Amino acid sequence: MQSPNKININHYKTKTMAFKGQIVIDVERCKGCAVCVQHCPKNVIQLSKNVNGKGYNYLETVNDECIGCASCAVVCPDGCITVYKVKC
Amino acid sequence: MANLDIVKPENLVYQRTKVLTDATMHYCPGCGHGTTHRCVAEVIEELGIQDKTVGVAPVGCSVLAYNYFDVDFQEAAHGRAPALATAVKRLNPELSVFTYQGDGDLAAIGTAETIHAANRGENITMIFVNNGIYGMTGGQMAPTTLVGMRSATTPYGRCVERNGYPLRITELLATLPGTYYVTRQSVHTPAAVRKAKAAIKKAFEFQQQGKGLCFVEIVSNCNSGWKMTPVQANKWMEENMFPNYPIGDIKVDGKIAEGIDVNRLVLDHALEVVTK
Repeated sequence: MQSPNKININHYKTKTMAFKGQIVIDVERCKGCAVCVQHCPKNVIQLSKNVNGKGYNYLETVNDECIGCASCAVVCPDGCITVYKVKC
Repeated sequence: MANLDIVKPENLVYQRTKVLTDATMHYCPGCGHGTTHRCVAEVIEELGIQDKTVGVAPVGCSVLAYNYFDVDFQEAAHGRAPALATAVKRLNPELSVFTYQGDGDLAAIGTAETIHAANRGENITMIFVNNGIYGMTGGQMAPTTLVGMRSATTPYGRCVERNGYPLRITELLATLPGTYYVTRQSVHTPAAVRKAKAAIKKAFEFQQQGKGLCFVEIVSNCNSGWKMTPVQANKWMEENMFPNYPIGDIKVDGKIAEGIDVNRLVLDHALEVVTK
């Protein structure tokens, strides 16, 4: 995890976190079981009010506090979460 | 909101393993089968044995497992996965062979095959998903259903006089000399998933070393059969399944693990009666 050049480091210095993460959710694969929601330590994710093609309330991110711990992805039964992380 | 600066291949921490196909799983939302599939597939990817692995699919909820794993698969008759895995392993000893079975398949109709495969000490890995109910057929009572637990065929709760006791087949198998590694895990929290994955990895490694039968039970939920939301089902599982099916290693390196009294676990059926 080397720190990439394009990240504006100053933006993250105000926050006391060592890592900055980002999850990408496969919305069409998500079944809205919400097992991941309770395991997020930063309350980044919750179910959307909208539904996907199968009629499930899919998962969405509601803030940018993600630390890239991958707890949501590890516990997801359908493997619809991809996690990225940088040091900042 | 998405920070596209972070979404780059070099920053990748976790992604869906390539050993699983792109097919969307048919399992209910929140089902532990999906997580267990992912654990097994990640272990196969980490050990680099994708082209040297043969899985044996059961009958039950996971009957379509061959659609989701990108490895060779055989479909067994109901409960006969250990017998088929025995044949595959004996004819191709260099392959890694695993069976993937539920409690209706392994602990009910396939009890004879399971116990005899374990007693012969076949060099295979068995993954057993125990959710205490027959999920696919509509939530009927299984041998592993808890005392007092409601199901479609025991609407007032499982009664010992009429329906007998829950079968702890994992402890039974641990008493047989042919098994080398017997453990019980779950997949309801990130920590539990990581432990379960480590246990499955051990089971595959022991098979490669020719140690004997490795048995991994995964205590799972069945939110459709239990008539709960996935989150409620996981909580109910923690409160009621875990006291009756305690998590942890039962047999390590061919010996009963320290602190485990298998006879007590098999015979002590003064079980907590659950109500739901």
